[in-house]
Amino acid sequence: MASDVKPRVKVPKSAAAGEVITIKSLISHKMESGQRKDGDGNLIPRSIINRFTCDFNGQNVIDITLEPAISTNPYFEFEAQVPEAGEFKFTWYDDDGDVYEDSKPIAIG
Amino acid sequence: MEFTRRETLALGAGAALMTVLPFRANAAVDDVINEFTGGAAVADSGVDLTAPEIAENGNTVPVAVSAEGASAILLLAAGNPTPGVAKFTFGPLAGSHSASTRIRLAGTQDVIAIAQLADGTFARASKTVKVTIGGCGG
Repeated sequence: MASDVKPRVKVPKSAAAGEVITIKSLISHKMESGQRKDGDGNLIPRSIINRFTCDFNGQNVIDITLEPAISTNPYFEFEAQVPEAGEFKFTWYDDDGDVYEDSKPIAIG
Repeated sequence: MEFTRRETLALGAGAALMTVLPFRANAAVDDVINEFTGGAAVADSGVDLTAPEIAENGNTVPVAVSAEGASAILLLAAGNPTPGVAKFTFGPLAGSHSASTRIRLAGTQDVIAIAQLADGTFARASKTVKVTIGGCGG
């Protein structure tokens, strides 16, 4: 059970139609790799976010599969086209079945 | 030039070894790559991989991949307990076929990026990263 999971995304407030913008995303998550041992020498079970997607008005921008080798507090930076005004939707899928969501509107101008 | 049968055989065996050896370094990595490429040939240019030469802390190593027109890029760490790191699949609204993130490295090793290019072929890039403190809790 992941606690204190907080998604953060940085998207410009506005862009010109057709412009390519940079998106930065970070979600606080301990990303337990399943390789570490606790004080008694027992393996700590894996608990990671295994997928992250970004969509704009229903069209996919990027779909990322995460493995345990992604660092704590997974950070991603990528670029997206903005054909029109609308909303970016970000979704993180946790191993334990939880889904975290965030969205950011963007205006044309 | 004339070769005896024995010399010819030795030459052939040597050549075969040379071609096979580099790909036998890590079977788990090969399996993951084959699963991604379907066994197709992998070219040496067409994908860019940016990683530091020396990472003081293997827990968070910044890495960036980019490949013009790629539909997907697979990122691997050859020396980790499990080689998989991430797979980036680019959708129709991707502004560029590039992404960056932070990864864990268990120790000094090669980081490998394999991209599936627009024409369906595959390209590979790899970079050795020296790690001072390992990042897999070992």
